Order: sequence, then structure tokens, then C-alpha cells
Amino acid sequence: MPVLVFVESAEGKVKKTSLEAVAYAHAMGQGVTAIALGNVDKEELEALGTYGAQKVLHASDSKLNDGIIQAYASVLVKALQDEQADILVLANSSLGTPVAARVAAKISASLASNVVELPNTSAGFAVKRSIYTGKAFMQVELKNQKKVIGIKKNAAEAKAVGLPVQATPYAVTLNDADFAVKITSSEKATGEVLLPEANIVVSGGRGMKGPEHWGILEELAKTLHAATGCSKPVSDMHWRPHHEHVGQTGVKVAPQLYIAVGISGAIQHLAGVNSSKCIVVINKDADAPFFKAADYGIVGDAFDVVPKLTAAIKAIK
Amino acid sequence: MKILVCITHVPDTTSKINFTDNNTRFNTAGVQFIIGPYDDYSLARAIEIKEATPGATVTVLNVGPADTEPTIRKALSVGADDAVRINAEPTDSFFVAKQIAEHAKSIGYDLILMGRESIDYNSGVVHGIVGELLGWPSVSPVMKLDIEGTKAKLAREIEGGKEFLEVNLPFVAGCQEPIAEWKIPNMRGIMSARTKPLKVVEPVSVDSGVKLQQFELPPPKGAVKMIAADNVAELVTLLKNEAKVL
Repeated sequence: MPVLVFVESAEGKVKKTSLEAVAYAHAMGQGVTAIALGNVDKEELEALGTYGAQKVLHASDSKLNDGIIQAYASVLVKALQDEQADILVLANSSLGTPVAARVAAKISASLASNVVELPNTSAGFAVKRSIYTGKAFMQVELKNQKKVIGIKKNAAEAKAVGLPVQATPYAVTLNDADFAVKITSSEKATGEVLLPEANIVVSGGRGMKGPEHWGILEELAKTLHAATGCSKPVSDMHWRPHHEHVGQTGVKVAPQLYIAVGISGAIQHLAGVNSSKCIVVINKDADAPFFKAADYGIVGDAFDVVPKLTAAIKAIK
Repeated sequence: MKILVCITHVPDTTSKINFTDNNTRFNTAGVQFIIGPYDDYSLARAIEIKEATPGATVTVLNVGPADTEPTIRKALSVGADDAVRINAEPTDSFFVAKQIAEHAKSIGYDLILMGRESIDYNSGVVHGIVGELLGWPSVSPVMKLDIEGTKAKLAREIEGGKEFLEVNLPFVAGCQEPIAEWKIPNMRGIMSARTKPLKVVEPVSVDSGVKLQQFELPPPKGAVKMIAADNVAELVTLLKNEAKVL
């Protein structure tokens, strides 16, 4: 029985975290059917085969172009039935997580979100979840035959394992009641690397002294093909938009490299970055608590160190 | 308008996390408990809506044993009218959602708010399950919420931006900042919270599909390597060759 993977997309492109979900399902070794909803580019769908899907379903009804939580949940439930799949895997996100909740409730599935590793099936079926905002983990058994698994970034590595496959059109009958929530408009940052998906994040704090000084961080981010983030005070003061706030009550990131500039490292900020593989802290205060959580540190003035760092990276590229 | 706000009773965000009983129980020793920060935002917005809407009421609900009552009283002290405690250890998201949905059916609310996720188990799914169990729409994470008669206008945070939505009451929302500013209780609020009704209700039984096996702490972090500010090139070398992240 294949594992069904919900593939999320934005502007026709499959999200990187969804490729990780396909890779995760592929590693489970039962075969993978991926399903994408709404407007998605043909090549993007075909490429899902490369990452491990044997079959790709595409529900292209234009009513599904917007991420409507209820409607998406209903389509996924139908696809689970049609594919005779017991397990749904998806990437946790602002859409994926609430969709997972409704799917699990509809089919009485065991549900786990923020899963960080492949399941352990040596005795039963257990997964490891990140809890306490990255400060701990829990191993939970998913007892029901039907399971919904939401994975955290980096739970599996997206890599080429197969060949492209032709997407199969998937016809769905949509129910009006599932469209009770209407999306009237949206605001999206365009042309930038999205913070939750970025491999490298450059973040600034109050030490940057004002929004007018963000240019040097943006330059560093551009050089590294990184996303920009910020601390809570910075977004509270409206120096930067809220969706860039990294921390306990903001975005939790899990990049390969997190560079924190002028951020003291309050425990609430650390909660948002503690899943990073490598942390670099640049702060002029040698006693900043962030240094204790860092892999590499530089005590120095951001306005001096950051441009030098950008230049040094450009030099090796 | 009847608003239900579901709150969690969770360790303060600065808490050190430890486990006992062979890593099967959270160690509460020395831990300060608070209203979940996301729940606290939803509570603050509920109070604002109540203050702007004649006749509106706010009920607070927590699924937890008796020791969560000081946290519930805190929610009453910032302006909720009454409270319900479902007398049970909250074992998993489905269990909690089922308790909320059963209570909601018995009362008939117009709006159910809660945080986008609890900060202990971070599941972020209870609002969706409650919505499904009640057959209501659910929206999360909501960063702006305005009620206009029987309709609501919301903003939902998405990766790299936000979406603006409209939905009719009733619905369930998982909330986050900046939906409202946290409310600080004043002395009058604290005094009046002592006598506000707090009803204790026994849980409905739930066949849970998830079972805790064990908690685990991450491996300790190695020591930080300091690099001189005038030797930035060395940092780049280390990131490339040692950490292998460039």
C-alpha cells in the first residue's frame, strides 16, 4: 500500500519542504503516491518522480488554487481512499499542519506533527517529535491503522532517487461547504528566499540600531542566498515585517547555518533557532548569552564585521 | 455573542526542560506555569471583542487537573466571565479537542479561539480537530480578527506573508501575535477573579490513537569557537571546511 504525500506549492512551484516529505515517504519503502492541488507547473509535478514518487496525482481544479484548509482536507481524504493508502505524509507549514488536523479527525487517524526522523517500526509504529519548541523530543506510538504524519524541516533529505513521472489528472467533486472560508487577498514577499525553507538565515536584532541599517544584512543574505530574519523586539518595533520574526512565538527555523547579528540571545529567541545545524553569533557584547548557544562567535561591531564577512564569502565563491 | 477561549497551562518560556520517571514524565520541580503565550493572545483579542460588543461573554476552558486552576484564575482576572475545567490529564491533541468539542456542543458558542499551538507539545492541530468535530470552519494561524455582525474578517500568516480571509460565524481560530496585546491583570481584576464561576466537568472517554513512549533531551551543545573580529576570513574557512555549511 503506497504512502500518500500532500505536495504543497506556491506560484506553481513545489515547496522544498514537500520534496522532503516525498523523500521521507520514499524512505518508508512502501511506494509513494504524491498529490498536488491547484495550479502547479507540469515540470514541477514530473520532478516529484525524481524524488521518489511512483505516481503523481494532480487535482487541478482552479478552486483549489488557494489553500483552503477544509477543501484540501476533503480532497486528501478522498485520495487516501482511492489510492487505498493508510498513511498520509506532509510537511508542517501554515497550511499543512491545519490540513493534517482535519484529515486525521475525518478518518480517525493517529496524528503526529513536527516529526523529525523516519518511523521506528521495530515494535509497532513509533515516531520522534520535536516538543517544548525544540528543547526536547518525544517518542510516540501511532496505534491506529490510519496515520497522518507531519514532518519538520530536515526530517529527510530531498535527493534524486528515480525518474520523472507523468502526472495523472485527478478529478474531484468539491463540496461548497468546504469553501466557507473565502480568501479575499494576500500579501507575499516576492523574489526572496522564504524564511522557513531557507538553508541559510541571516538575522538581525536591536544591535542593528534601526531598520535603515538592514542593507548590510540583506547584502550578506543575498551573497549566501539566505533568508533574512529578526528578533522579536525588531518586529515589535516594526523595523521588519512580522513574518521575519524568529523565536518562540514567531517562525521556528532549522537551517544549515544561522547567522545572528546584534541579537543578545534571549531564551525565547533561542527556542526558534535551536534546530539549526550551525550557529554563528556576531555581537559587540562579549557577555551576550547567545554565544553560549553558538558554534562560532565574533565579538565585534556589526557595522564593521558584516561587510567584511560578505566580502570574504564573495572571495571564495 | 458567546466566545469560548481554550487555554493551555504550560511551563514559562524560560523554563529548563527535564524529565523524571525514566523519561516518561515532565519534571515540574521549580517550573513556573503560565497561560500558553499564543492562547494568551487569543484571550486578549476575545476580551477586546467582548468590550466592543454589548452582551458578549467570554468563557475560558482548560483541560487539566486541579493544579491548573491558578492559570485559569489568571485568565479570569484579565476579563473572562467564567471558566470551565475539564478534569483530566491532557494526553494528546485528539483527546483535548474531543473534550472541547463536547463542551462546545453542550453550550452553543459563536466563536472558539485558542493559540495556534501549545508551547509544550507544539502540535498545532487542536483547532482543526475541534472544527472538524463540530463541522465548523477552522483557520490558523490567525494574526488579525475583526467581527462585523455575523461575519469575521481575518488575516492568516503564511510563509513569507499573509492572507486576508472572510468567514461567517461560528468558526474556530488558532491565534498568534499580533492579534492583540497581552493583557496584564489589575488589582480589581485579580480580586474579582476569585469569585467568578469556575465549573469542573468530568471528561468524556476518548479512544486515543497516540501513546507516549519516552521523552528525550537533545545532546549537549559543544563549546563555542571564538574568532577575532579582524580575522573574518578564518570564520569563512571554518564554515566551509569544518562545519561544511557553505
